[in-house]
Amino acid sequence: MSTYAQTADQEQGPPHVHHMDPVTAYHAAKFGMWLFLATEVLLFGGLFAAFAVYRWYYLSEFHHASHHLNWQLGAVNTLVLLFSSFTAALAVDAAQHGDNARVRKNLLFTICCGCIFLVIKYFEWSAKYHHGLFPGTAEFNGAEFNQAYKSFFGLYYCMTGLHAFHVIAGMGLLFWVFRKAQRNRFSADYYTPVEVGALYWHLVDLIWIYLFPLLYLVG
Amino acid sequence: MSHHHGSHSHDDISHELGHVVPYKVYATVFGSLVALTVITVAVSRVDFGVLNIVIAMLVASVKAMLVALFFMHLKYEKPITWMFAFFPIFLLGLLIGGVFLDNPFRSDPTVHVSAPAASSGAAAHH
Repeated sequence: MSTYAQTADQEQGPPHVHHMDPVTAYHAAKFGMWLFLATEVLLFGGLFAAFAVYRWYYLSEFHHASHHLNWQLGAVNTLVLLFSSFTAALAVDAAQHGDNARVRKNLLFTICCGCIFLVIKYFEWSAKYHHGLFPGTAEFNGAEFNQAYKSFFGLYYCMTGLHAFHVIAGMGLLFWVFRKAQRNRFSADYYTPVEVGALYWHLVDLIWIYLFPLLYLVG
Repeated sequence: MSHHHGSHSHDDISHELGHVVPYKVYATVFGSLVALTVITVAVSRVDFGVLNIVIAMLVASVKAMLVALFFMHLKYEKPITWMFAFFPIFLLGLLIGGVFLDNPFRSDPTVHVSAPAASSGAAAHH
């Protein structure tokens, strides 16, 4: 643990933490992120519970409405996010080995996957909008769409919208970590931001793992 | 690099940083996640009735466990982290479990959707 002698150098090693030793700081930061992720599960949990309520009442309509979603695009987005989680895990591995160049490469893959995910999501949403499957359009408010369909698409936009917001936030967080890796901040003795940023990104993947089959496959 | 084996009971704070997982583990987990995605799509193409959503959620939970245990290093975390990872899932189970205890005993709101005349019936009730 001799690297901690370098803390005086602002560009090397962990930032100076006065009230705890670096190992304690690492575990505290990681545990703090797990606590935050717990609240995120509860945030999305409310929407999953709402989905359970309305799916119970409108089972056949939900099933039918889910056929309006493009499951092929949903599947591609699932693979994109799984790959992004893989590269995020590899970024942590690279940081643990003090290889900042490999951290940057893997984070770039992850951020690019986030972009691809959002672009596909954009095409999905705009297709829905043009087909009148969007709240506020004349077709959506017309007689053809009863309360059941409105419930399904309302929940679809809330759940995927909140998730997309998390993708954007995660990309911002990982870009901040990427900037640190550009300054070669990470070593085997200090890689807290990579680990904590990756934890957040994995949660974004976890939520989608449930959203994809629920919305696109079984409805 | 020494390895933790989850036996932290004697020592609440680890004296080292996180566990280094071999690359092969990450690659195997990623491969399994892709395979499980293919399985969940394939199964959804067949009509198993009410079992479709059960299978889909079970496969999703296996995928979620793989991500949490290996990508998020939960396997190597202290019991307190496990507690905070699973407590919200327990609360969510209560909430969604409560939905299925509550819904069957409520009046069906779909009645109001298909029969707008129900409102005049309610008015006559006065």
